[in-house]
Amino acid sequence: MTAAGPAAGHATAAELAAGAVAGVMTDLARLDGRGQRGIVVDSPPGAGKSTLVVRAAAEIAAAGEQVMVVAQTNSQVDDLVDRLATAAPGMAVGRLSAQAHQPAPQVTRHAAVTVAQQVGGLAGCPVVIGTAAKWATVSDGSWPWAIIDEAYQMRSDMLIRIAGRFQRALFVGDPGQLDPFSTIDIDRWAGLTWDPMQSAVAVLLRNNPDISTHRLPVSWRLPGTAVPVIAEAFYPFTGFLAGTGPAERRLEFATSALGTGPVDEAVQTAAASGWALYELPARQTVRTDREAVAACAALAERFLQRGAVAYSERAPGGAPVTVGRIAIGTAHRDQARAIRAALNPWLDGITVDTANRLQGREYDVVIVLHPLSGRRDATAFHLEAGRLCVLTSRHRHACIVVARAGIPELLDAHPSTEPVHLNVPAKFPDGWEANQAVMAHLERLRVRAL
Amino acid sequence: MSTLTSLARAQAVATGTAQPVCTRRHVHLSDRPLVLVPLVLAGEANAPLAALVGDDSRTGRLLVVSQPRNRDRRFAFAAELAHIVVSYIEGYYASAQAVPGGRGQDDRIRFADAPQLVVPNPACIAFVRMLGRSTRFRRPSGEYAVDPAVPVLGRWLSYFAERAEHPGSCLLLAATDAVALHWASGQSPVEDLNLAALMGWIDPPAGMTGAQAAAAGEDPVTWPPAGPATDPTFDNEVLAQLIAACDLPDDDARARQRAETALQAALAAQVAPTWRLMWRAVGLLRGIPPGGRVAARWDADKDSFTSYAGYLRDDGPPQPRRDAAVAAALRLNWLERAQASYTAQRAMDDPLVMAEHRLAGEAFAGTVTAAEPGRLDSSGKRRKLRPLITVTTEDSPRIDPGVMLVSPSRPGQQARVISVSAAPVQPESAQAVPPPAAPSPATAVPATAVPAVPVRSRVAVVLELAGGMGRALVPEPGSVPEPGERLCYTTLTDSYQPAGSFPDRAGTPWTHGGPPPEYVPADEDASEAWS
Repeated sequence: MTAAGPAAGHATAAELAAGAVAGVMTDLARLDGRGQRGIVVDSPPGAGKSTLVVRAAAEIAAAGEQVMVVAQTNSQVDDLVDRLATAAPGMAVGRLSAQAHQPAPQVTRHAAVTVAQQVGGLAGCPVVIGTAAKWATVSDGSWPWAIIDEAYQMRSDMLIRIAGRFQRALFVGDPGQLDPFSTIDIDRWAGLTWDPMQSAVAVLLRNNPDISTHRLPVSWRLPGTAVPVIAEAFYPFTGFLAGTGPAERRLEFATSALGTGPVDEAVQTAAASGWALYELPARQTVRTDREAVAACAALAERFLQRGAVAYSERAPGGAPVTVGRIAIGTAHRDQARAIRAALNPWLDGITVDTANRLQGREYDVVIVLHPLSGRRDATAFHLEAGRLCVLTSRHRHACIVVARAGIPELLDAHPSTEPVHLNVPAKFPDGWEANQAVMAHLERLRVRAL
Repeated sequence: MSTLTSLARAQAVATGTAQPVCTRRHVHLSDRPLVLVPLVLAGEANAPLAALVGDDSRTGRLLVVSQPRNRDRRFAFAAELAHIVVSYIEGYYASAQAVPGGRGQDDRIRFADAPQLVVPNPACIAFVRMLGRSTRFRRPSGEYAVDPAVPVLGRWLSYFAERAEHPGSCLLLAATDAVALHWASGQSPVEDLNLAALMGWIDPPAGMTGAQAAAAGEDPVTWPPAGPATDPTFDNEVLAQLIAACDLPDDDARARQRAETALQAALAAQVAPTWRLMWRAVGLLRGIPPGGRVAARWDADKDSFTSYAGYLRDDGPPQPRRDAAVAAALRLNWLERAQASYTAQRAMDDPLVMAEHRLAGEAFAGTVTAAEPGRLDSSGKRRKLRPLITVTTEDSPRIDPGVMLVSPSRPGQQARVISVSAAPVQPESAQAVPPPAAPSPATAVPATAVPAVPVRSRVAVVLELAGGMGRALVPEPGSVPEPGERLCYTTLTDSYQPAGSFPDRAGTPWTHGGPPPEYVPADEDASEAWS
């Protein structure tokens, strides 16, 4: 199965997804903690990863066993606690937190949730949730089960610190997202199966090749227009389907434009076809390219000025696209900061952040400042497939990419020059190829800025 | 590359001279460093060809391998090098110092100083690492026995190469790295790896600009490559014939002697220019006043050196070929903590380095415009002294309330950010900026134009101070910044970061392949997987 089109019917997609989840649950029940100790579930963007985590945790707890749940950031943990407490009201959930941490309102509003700094205080809870960093400080105790969420974001040296705490584990994550990184740049461990700079899943699978890997086949977030592009570029061997049909997602405007300009044209192209490339004239620029920054801000503003309304399976009658439903994604923090400064104050609620921080989030409309825009070279950082994948797979309706002209030529001039190490498995998708694939699609939906 | 470094490079191009990017020296320089300029034979994996080594610019000793493809001669070279390097290192065993222990700990003894190796460039560090790896497992007895000094050299070289990965350590330095840390040249970072070109930018000969000197530095006839690779033209036209001549059969001893002398002379001419450059680079760096935290980092190097010397004295086995799973994770944790601390220390030592962080929004410098030195926090069980100060800055800090900051001039005092707000614009620069009205979605107005040049804004940061003010509820004089004082605050912290907790070797989890077999040094360790 490769990049399947959006034509897959709703019922089929739902059946496929349900079948995949059932397969995971069956396999999970087979783990004995000796020969079979873990399974991995790969999930494309918005394929119901958190739903799976919540369901697995609730089922294990319902069977009378204790489960530790590991997420990577405090907001991921709070989000999981909230979902779990909502899905299984009455089940005691423990939230392990750092000393200085203030519990979030979405956690404290559930009576069944206990927040504690020591695991000792959560002894009665069948489900205990915490960040990996917090779990690493737990020095004893053992849980029969662990669920590790966003496992591709976790570095393997973190897994080594917590792996002694559990007997069997469910690893869930998105292989297309950004790899974990380190401030240290050495290749001392390249090729070792336990390379501490690799993701937890990569190390787990290399040391335990018999572990079975499941895939969630349906993205409920990405619209039918996005799935073929994202699947071909970033999930070339597995692919996935869109959970919604072409007629179910629509973006319309409450007003029409006075005259036309490139900004309006880009906004309308994106609304009609799910994508647009807003192309600025070719130029080498500093990272915080003022024209590109202004264009990102102007495009976001235009969606709101035109009163965009999103029609979807969640809101068949239409829901206005508000500031909270728009995000602008960048590669660097200073770019995000420059865009934030360029936004008019009334647009304050728009999320402007880097790819790293946008991981796992979802919006109606996303505007992306292309990582290679205005650059003179294409470094490994800017070519990383995960970065572009995160940026271009956060939207439910439309995505506009803002870039200087000439990215395909830049790519052609800069093939990947990373050294090749013995015993390191080739990594797919290749960033260079993924960038080309995305650009090839966007070229067809290009709007030239004046 | 950061904004300031890019600017400095552009200025270097414009002015024709390298621009300083530091006001302080961030590396320790020994009074008596051991300079090593190695050369290898092209086409062979790490086959030493020659080395010029010594701790005095006038008395460098040239070692030559007349047939680098002959492994016996390679190890004879290693033995010669070992006698020089190991005796240099062991010279530092002579004097020790007592270091007061921390809380409740006894004093400990460490060597009063540590050896320092300086090589021309990072590729030479890789040579040191590979030479260490090829010699540390050899044995003085049994088959293919080597000089007893060879495995000791191997362990020391491996130790130095590992230490060079440690951010902030100065036991093994690459001259190009150390120099490029302090100056921005008008060429690319890749070109900076050529020591002659880099030094040309910084210290051009009279009558030449830096750019001209750098271009001249790329001529392999006047400036042969600084090692370990040699100039290919030299290889083809000179070296090949001389090595072939040295390979003559034994019956013509005089001809061979002549050939070996000629080879020595040719190789001496290849390394001599680099040798002079190395000492010039050392002298240049010595001319910069050291940063305040350089000595403390060198103390850590001395501790590490003392500890490894003790390990060798106790006949510890050579470093294993690879790190096991837990050892690798531990080392990464250790390196990352060292990197964070090194970054913070450099910024705190040097206002020009701090300026990079100010531009990035991780630090700001400003004037104290208000202070409440006697403020008490009575929300807890006991009242605590928590003065508030307001610092007004023209920088644009990217910090959120709740973040902890420190000032380089007041390292013992933490400052928590209470609020960050736009400071009132001073009357003379006040401009009427109409508040942008929120247009309703129904009125479609033309897309926003590019905003005009932004007005230089001032930001007021309110900070709550803790620590470093004495034990009473009234701060000690001078311990709270007073209005009018100029201060810098940063999110970078050099405070002690505890090591992460890792399982022991026997506790290596199943996810990482389970506990590895116990490491027993064996002769096979010396053989490479591909040889």
